[in-house]
Formats: sequence, C-alpha cells, structure tokens
Amino acid sequence: MENLEQLEHLVAAATAEFAAAVEPAKLEEAKARYLGKDGSLTALLKGLGKLAADERKSAGAAINVAKDRVEAALVARREALREAALQAQLAAEALDVTLPGRGSPGGGLHPVVRSLDRIEQLFRSIGFEVADGPEIETDWHNFTALNTPDNHPARSMHDTFYLLDEAGKVREDVLLRTHTSPVQVRYMQAHVAKYGHLERMPEIRIIAPGRVYRVDSDATHSPMFHQVEGLWVGEGVSFADLKGVVADFLKNFFESDDLKVRFRPSFFPFTEPSAEIDVAFMRGPLEGRWLEIAGCGVVHPNVLRFGGIDAEKYTGFAFGMGPDRLTMLRYGINDLRLFFEGDLRFLSQFN
Amino acid sequence: MQFSESWLRTLVNPSLDSEALAHALTMAGLEVEQLDPVAPAFDQVVVARIVSAEKHPNADRLRLCQVDAGEHGLLQIVCGAPNAAVDLRVPCALVGAKLPGIEIKQAKVRGIESFGMLCSARELGLAADADGLLVLPADAPVGRSVREYLDLDDRLITLKLTPNRADCLSLSGIAREVAALTGAPLKRPTLDAVAATHQETRAVVLDASAVCSRYCGRLIKGVNAAAPTPAWMRQRLERSGIRSISVVVDVTNYVMLELGQPMHAFDNAKLSGVIHVRYPRQGEQLTLLNGQTVTPDADLALIADEAGALALAGIMGGDASAVTAATTDIFLEAAFFAPDAIAGKARALGFSSDSSYRFERGVDFQLQRSAIERATRLVLELCGGAAGPVIEAVSDADLPKRTPVRLRTARVAKVLGVGLDAERIAALLSGLGLPCEPIGADHLVTPPAHRFDIQIEEDLIEEVGRLYGYDNIPARPPVAKMAMMPLDESRRGAMALRRSVAALGYQETVNFSFVEAVWEADFCGNGKPIVLANPIASQMGVMRSSLIGGLVAVLVTNRKRQQDRVKVFEIGRCFLTDAAAEPVKGFRQPLRLAGLAAGAAQPEQWGVPKRAVDFYDLKADVEALLAGRSPVFERVDHPALHPGRSARVCIDGKDIGMLGELHPRWMQKYELGTAAVAFELEMDALVQQGIPAYREVSRFPAVVRDLALIVNHATPWQGLYEALRRAAPAIVTGIELFDLYHGKGVAEGRKSLAFRVVMQDTQRTLEDAEVDAAMASLIAMAEQKFAAELRR
Repeated sequence: MENLEQLEHLVAAATAEFAAAVEPAKLEEAKARYLGKDGSLTALLKGLGKLAADERKSAGAAINVAKDRVEAALVARREALREAALQAQLAAEALDVTLPGRGSPGGGLHPVVRSLDRIEQLFRSIGFEVADGPEIETDWHNFTALNTPDNHPARSMHDTFYLLDEAGKVREDVLLRTHTSPVQVRYMQAHVAKYGHLERMPEIRIIAPGRVYRVDSDATHSPMFHQVEGLWVGEGVSFADLKGVVADFLKNFFESDDLKVRFRPSFFPFTEPSAEIDVAFMRGPLEGRWLEIAGCGVVHPNVLRFGGIDAEKYTGFAFGMGPDRLTMLRYGINDLRLFFEGDLRFLSQFN
Repeated sequence: MQFSESWLRTLVNPSLDSEALAHALTMAGLEVEQLDPVAPAFDQVVVARIVSAEKHPNADRLRLCQVDAGEHGLLQIVCGAPNAAVDLRVPCALVGAKLPGIEIKQAKVRGIESFGMLCSARELGLAADADGLLVLPADAPVGRSVREYLDLDDRLITLKLTPNRADCLSLSGIAREVAALTGAPLKRPTLDAVAATHQETRAVVLDASAVCSRYCGRLIKGVNAAAPTPAWMRQRLERSGIRSISVVVDVTNYVMLELGQPMHAFDNAKLSGVIHVRYPRQGEQLTLLNGQTVTPDADLALIADEAGALALAGIMGGDASAVTAATTDIFLEAAFFAPDAIAGKARALGFSSDSSYRFERGVDFQLQRSAIERATRLVLELCGGAAGPVIEAVSDADLPKRTPVRLRTARVAKVLGVGLDAERIAALLSGLGLPCEPIGADHLVTPPAHRFDIQIEEDLIEEVGRLYGYDNIPARPPVAKMAMMPLDESRRGAMALRRSVAALGYQETVNFSFVEAVWEADFCGNGKPIVLANPIASQMGVMRSSLIGGLVAVLVTNRKRQQDRVKVFEIGRCFLTDAAAEPVKGFRQPLRLAGLAAGAAQPEQWGVPKRAVDFYDLKADVEALLAGRSPVFERVDHPALHPGRSARVCIDGKDIGMLGELHPRWMQKYELGTAAVAFELEMDALVQQGIPAYREVSRFPAVVRDLALIVNHATPWQGLYEALRRAAPAIVTGIELFDLYHGKGVAEGRKSLAFRVVMQDTQRTLEDAEVDAAMASLIAMAEQKFAAELRR
C-alpha cells in the first residue's frame, strides 16, 4: 500500500513538473528525472528484481501503469508546448494585410485601339477577316480605282497630303491615303489572283482598320485619324444585308438595344446606293441627337471591276467608320486631340 | 444651299410642318444642315404710321409721337429714336407685346404716358445692331402684324448637298424633289415666251463649242436700271444668302436661285459687234467683277466681243461691261457650259462663284431659253424696257447626251435586297420626272437634262432606293455559308502582341506619322526623309522612319506634366525610301513596335528600393516578347543611342531591330532628365512565334554542377554561352548564368561568369564519370577559345 501511495505521489509530481516546464528543453530534463536512465520510475523498475516473485508481479504492474501515465502526461505536454510555439510563431508572423501589394502595374491599350479590338472581335464573330494596306498609297488605289474622277474636289490639295520628290516637286502618283477604302481594291485584286480561276469565288468579308490622313486640324479634326473599312462581296449581298450588319454591329459595340440607327441617302464615288449612318442614343448627355458615324453603300460596279470582280455576278457592300468618334461616344470623351497627345493621365484611364 | 421655306412653299406646299419637311428632305439625301427661324419669337407688333413727332416736354432726347396703328387706334408713344419722323411707317409693339428679352407695358416716361414702343430692327431681333427705327416701305399696310407683313414666321433651310445633286441647286429643283417625295402638286413659275417688241439683237458664235454648246442672248432696251428691287425679291435673295446689288443683277440672281440657271447681264452700250465664246489669246487679260485681274489659261473659255474679253465663261462677268445704274440697254446671257470645262477652274483662280459652283456640277442644258424668258418678264416688270428676240446659238453635237439606261426589276431586288415590282419602280421614278418606258419586266429610263448623275443602272437603283425610303428597306441579318477561319498558330495578331507589351507595364500611345525633320536627323541619322508637299505645320513636315521620336516627344510631354515614370509603346508604320519596295513602289512601310521607358524601374512603393530603369530591364522585356525565338544581341552604333549601351537584335542572323539607352546628347537636347531606354522591333518578326515542340521529361535524377569561369572583361557573355552550348555533350540540358563578378579575388581586367550546368538523361541515371567528362569538355573549350581560367 505504501508503494502504491508512493507511485501516486510520483505520477502527481511528474505531471506537475511537466506542466511547469515552459520550454521543450526543461520538459526533457523533467522527463529524464522520471523516465531517464536514472529516473525515479526507472529506479523503481530496476528495484523489482529484489522483490519476491509473487510481489514482483503486482508491483511491476503497478509501476508500469504509473510509467504509462507519466509518459502520457509527457506526450500531452509536448504537444501543448508545440502548439503554443506554433501559435506564438503565427502571431509573430502576422502581416498588415492592408498594406498595398508590391510590383509593377500593367500598362494598357490606347483607347482607340481598345475600340478597334472590340470592332475586330465583333466582326470576326461573323466571319470577317482583318486586312491591312499601305499608308503611303498610290493615287490610283486611293482615288481612280475607287471611281473618284480626276477633277473630284477630294483630290485637291485641300484635303490630301502629297509628297515631294527628290527634286522638290509635288508627286502626283502617290499620297497619304485619305481613307482605308484602297484596302478594298488591294484585297479584291489579291482575292481574284487567288480564287479567280474558280467558278464561284469564296466571299470576301474583311474589315481594314488603320490610320488615314487629311489636311485638317481643329478640335474635331486631326490630320491623322483612324478609320475602319468593311467590305463584304458575294453573290447576292445587298443593301438590306448592309443595314443588318451595321445595325447589329452598332448595337453590340455600344451594348445598347435602344440605340436608334438610321441610314440616310448620301453620295460617295465608290458606292451606289450610298448612305450616311447616324445613331441616336436614348439616354445620356447626347440623348436624341442624330450623330453621323459612318458612310456606307453598295460597292459601285466600277470599283468591283477595278478589283477584277465580275460586277454582274457579284455584289457587295462597304462601309467606312471612324473609331475615334466611336470611342469618344462610347466613353464620353470630348476632345479628339487627347488621343494623339500621349498624356499618360488620360491614356491610363482606359487600362 | 440656303433658301427660304416660304419661297419653297410657293412652288410646292406639302402638308408637313417645317420639321417634318426637313426630315423628309434629309431622309431623301438632301441633308438639312440647319433649320433656323428668320426672326426670334415676338408678338403684337404691328405696322404703324407716325402721325406726329414732337419734342418730349421733359427730355431733350425723347420724342412724343402719335402713331396710327390702324384697328389698334391712335397711340401716344414716347420714342428715343433720332429718326422718328412724321409719315414713316415703323413697327409698333403694342402694350402686352412680348419682344426678345422684354415685355411692353403701359408706362410713364418722364411723366408722360406711353402706350407701346416703336421698334428698331435690333429690338425685334432682326439685326445685331441697328440705329433708329426700322423703316418699313411707304405702302406697308397700317395695323397689319409685322410678322405677317415681313413674313417673319418663315424659316431658313440650309441643305448640305452632295456633289452629285446639282439638280437641287435651285428652288425649282428642290420643289421637284419635294413633290416626288410627298405627292404634293408642283407649281412652276411662268416661263412663257415674252414677245419681242423690237428686232435688234447680237449675233453669237460658239468658237469653243466644247465649253459652251448653247448660248441664249436677248437685248432689252430702255430699262431703268436704277429702279429699286422690290422688297419681296430682296427678301428672297437675302434669305438665300445673296446680297441685293441692283435690280438687273438681282433679277439674274433670282432666276438662278429659282430655276438653277446662272445668268449674266451686260451693259449693251459697252459691247461691240458679235459675241464669241472662245479661248483666250496669248496674254489676254480681264478684270472681273470682284476686282481681280486674270490672265486666263488657254483652256479657260471667254465670252468676248469684237473688242476683247468680256467675261470668264461660266465663272464671272467682267468689270468693264457690267450693268450700272446708268445702263439703259442690257444684253442678257443664259448659256450652258460643260461641267468638265468649268470644274476646278474657279478654285485654281482662288475663288468660287455661284455660277461656277453650278456649272461644274451640271446645269440643265435645256433650261437656257426658259430662263431668259423668265428673266425678261421680271426685267420688264421691274425696270420697264422693250425686249428683242431671243438669239440662240447651239452646237447639238456638243450638248450632253442622255443615253437610255435599262433598269432591270430583278437587279433592283438584288442590289437593294427588297423586291419591288415594275409598276412600283415606274411610279417612284416618274414621280421625279424620270420617264420610264417598259421593256418586258424591266424599264428603259432616259435621264432628263437636269440629271448629270444618272449614267448606269446603279444610279437608277439608288434613286429607287432613295424614293422608296432607306428606312423601308429591311435590315437583314447576314446570311452566309459558315466556314471556320484559318488560325495560324505560328503567328500572333497585333492585338495579342499589344496585350503582351501592355502586360509588361507599357502604355500604348498613337503618335503622328509626320514628324519634325530634325527628329529624323537626330534619331535616325536620316538626312533625306520623305517630305510632305503640304504639311499642316513645319514640325509635321516629314514622314517618320522610326517610332522613337514620337515616344521621346511623349516622354517630354509627360515630364512637363509631372509624370516622372514613363513607360510607353507604339505600334505603327515607318516610312523609308526604298526603290525595290512593294506594294507601293519606292516606299518601304514596315509596321514596327517601339517601347520607351524612363524614370524608376518600378513605381515608388514600400519595400522596394528605388532604382532607375536600365538597359537590362528593357532587354528582359524584349526577350519576353521574343520568347522561344533565341534573339542574338550585338553591340551596334545607332544615332539615337548611347554607343556603349546599344544593341542590334537579330533572329536567325536577320536584323529585326535595336535596343539601347538614348544618347546622352539627346537626353540633354530634348531635356529628358534621367536616362531613357528604348527599343524598336519589326512587327514582321514579332508576330511570328514557335509552335511548341515536345521533349520527353526525364524520370531520372538531374545532376547540377556549377562552373565559374574567369575571362577578359570585354568578352561578351553571349559568345561564351553559345560556345558552351555547342561544346556541351547531349546530357547537358541547361546552362544558365547565375552570377557575374569582378573585384577582389579576380584579376584586374577580368571577370567571373558563374554558370549552373544541369545534366540529365531520359533513359538512365548519370554516372559520375560522364558528368565529370562533360564538365571537363566545357572547361577545356573555355580555356582554349576564351583564355578562361577556372575560379575555385
């Protein structure tokens, strides 16, 4: 009985000592005092040999029970210390999660290019390819092939930028393109070269975004600006298709179903019938006002012929719109010149 | 083209209000640019006669007037206008009248009751400034509303006519269009012949019949050229933007506006002999009505008499033969001048006239006789006189031809996308005076003399579409055969590339393609740029051959606006002279991508030391854009760049652009402050991308060894690296530079490049011996070819 009491005492003392250890090293020292080679419980176990056989069994069992209890206390304490240490580490490692993140911000696309990107995506979604052409263009492609006669006012120095030759004389054969329409002719010629031998050529469906130039500069005109040309040529492409495609585009570009679109008869040498496209918004600062945003029409048979296409068999429509203006309307920008000044405070608003 | 709505309504009067009429015109292709009231709103202003005007007893500058306002009675009105005089008829605003800005009340003026206000043109909003009362004609009916009397509820309609619609440069032409659109009946002015009361005339000879194929003339004797122009005519002219000059000139202008036929009147006393339409003689001069003296080019026809030049055919009359107040006999001209002969001629002389504007676009070549009859009638009515016979010289062979055009009903449907039957088409076109003769299911349409824009079937289809109404043509969703579009994996689009550049922190800009010549010299060493003939400003005088100048300008702009850190790019064309270039011969126009960065490498932020952006930052960006393409960088001399800090970028031995720090000279000249680094690359090269090629991933362990080689300081890394790669046996899967060192422990003039060499085989674990052999071969090569020593 005395032994049992002694064991109880020993377990209580060990448990108390473990609890008192606040560092793992102290805990291991306390462990050694009870379970180590010279520990009290180890000593008791070693002392069993001196006991009589019948006593040895019961005493041994009692000592082992006590040893298990001490070991369990030790494991629990170790776990508790580890958990406390982890908690302390976590507390120490805590960040100010409200501090700003580090690194470099991304840049962004130019607002007009952003519009061009959307325009390209919208037209791609109905099978239009993106085409391109030179900006120093021949007079033939810019005017003649677009059915613009020699004495047409558009050909005067007032609108068109011309170049000087090496001797300082004005060249009449080349110019800065005044519109993206010459891409129509270039594309048609390439298309015919590729498919002209077929009885039925595949359709042409392209848009041609790019920079164009006119001698004009004020708050609403820039000597360089953007245009997007569109062209669809096939068997039986009509004015009704033009209306469908353009109206669909405008509704999707402005993401507005209650946008009003109207086609108004007009005149361009390279289309016939020709139309101006006006839009009116149903809300916002421009509510109810008709705004001219594009010119369009059925491709003039002479233009198809210049492109090498049988104008009797194939018909098509073309349009030319101003993405600068579309961008201004879309985002409420009031000065065209901002697009070309490179002011980061303006440009970065569209990132 | 500006005109008075009420004048138009005397010719055709549809039951549409002004706005609806304007909308109908706009939607028919005659765009109404402006619709303005001729006068602001006011009411209760009547014609009054001043019965007496006496000095105000209490004020020196005021008058006390009794005015007769007809049914509104005799009114006592105090008036401050200096021109108030007995018997004048003036506008009188009654008590209760609302004028622009004021309301008239019964009031005491300096102690005397005043029952209204006598008005000036300014007070009625008819003129910006006016002294004194608006004096009305002596026959103005007393008591009548001034608004009615002066037709002030009229509106000014301004059309923005497209160049093909010369037929609408007259009231009659517009009326014809309105009648066709609305179905309202068309009333034409009387064009009946005026019988000759004497037989005198002048012979006319068409020497230049290609220019003038019809010339009608008439001598009217004994006119009073000093007679006043009646108010109704003056008003119509003024509301069309034409100043009243003198009665005879006013009549010619009136007929031009009414019918579209430009006319001219000569003082017959200043003419001698036969009238010729001929080309000028060498050095022949003429002083025009606008005071300008011209020496016409050989292809510019003249109206001349036997003494010499009188007028520039179809453009402007001469000063010497002009009608004056003293003129008694006039010779009227109404001619047809061919558009091709007149086009651009006035512009070349530096002016434009109402006459040349119409002739170059096309005047009805059958209108001349009617116009001269109409003008005769008006002259006789307003100035008296006696008309002689009409002389008409005509060259039938030179008159414009009107070839019948076949309009296929099926083609209308094909082009417009809406099926209209033959009757409907005929009804639409005949409404506009386009006679349709049926042929089977189609029509043969002969364009009338006033239409110069109808030559082919499409011209007629446009008319059909316009008259049917574009609004009525359905908007059809596109129908096409579906086929997938090619998607070339070895190329990426410009948009994808833009997004990559933007992701690297660059902001896109769009800069002008024309630049200052000095940029071309400074940044491109280009002394012979492509020069614009007509630049908008001298600093936009030449075409750029590089995008760098534009980006430098963006940097300057932003520095001025306190933006210190600038990282920008542009994708655009450059323009170079190149005889072999296509597709436009002589001009190579490559698309390029250029980027420029200046200021801090990263935006100022906590926890990141501030560091200026440098060559290697941009090199990393260039490498990122060319990922998978193994670019080679070589030292290069470039006029824009620091000679020690610039590189040419090559892929497969082909030069695709450059990269470097801007030359300190330009930093200083353009006041850029801190160093700027820039690159410029050809888009042709950038859009290409490799298609991924699979290599087996090894399941055996890799062996990693470090190799530090000490070489001469001037030895470029790239050469050593490429030599190592070439010398490496197949088991070497990677060689990466991980340290560059010079200083203590490395001899002066030498540097240490430390490489990490990774070796691995996909089929087995490597043995030490082969790893050692591989390293030894690398070291041996470096020792041999680069005089390298191993750093230990």
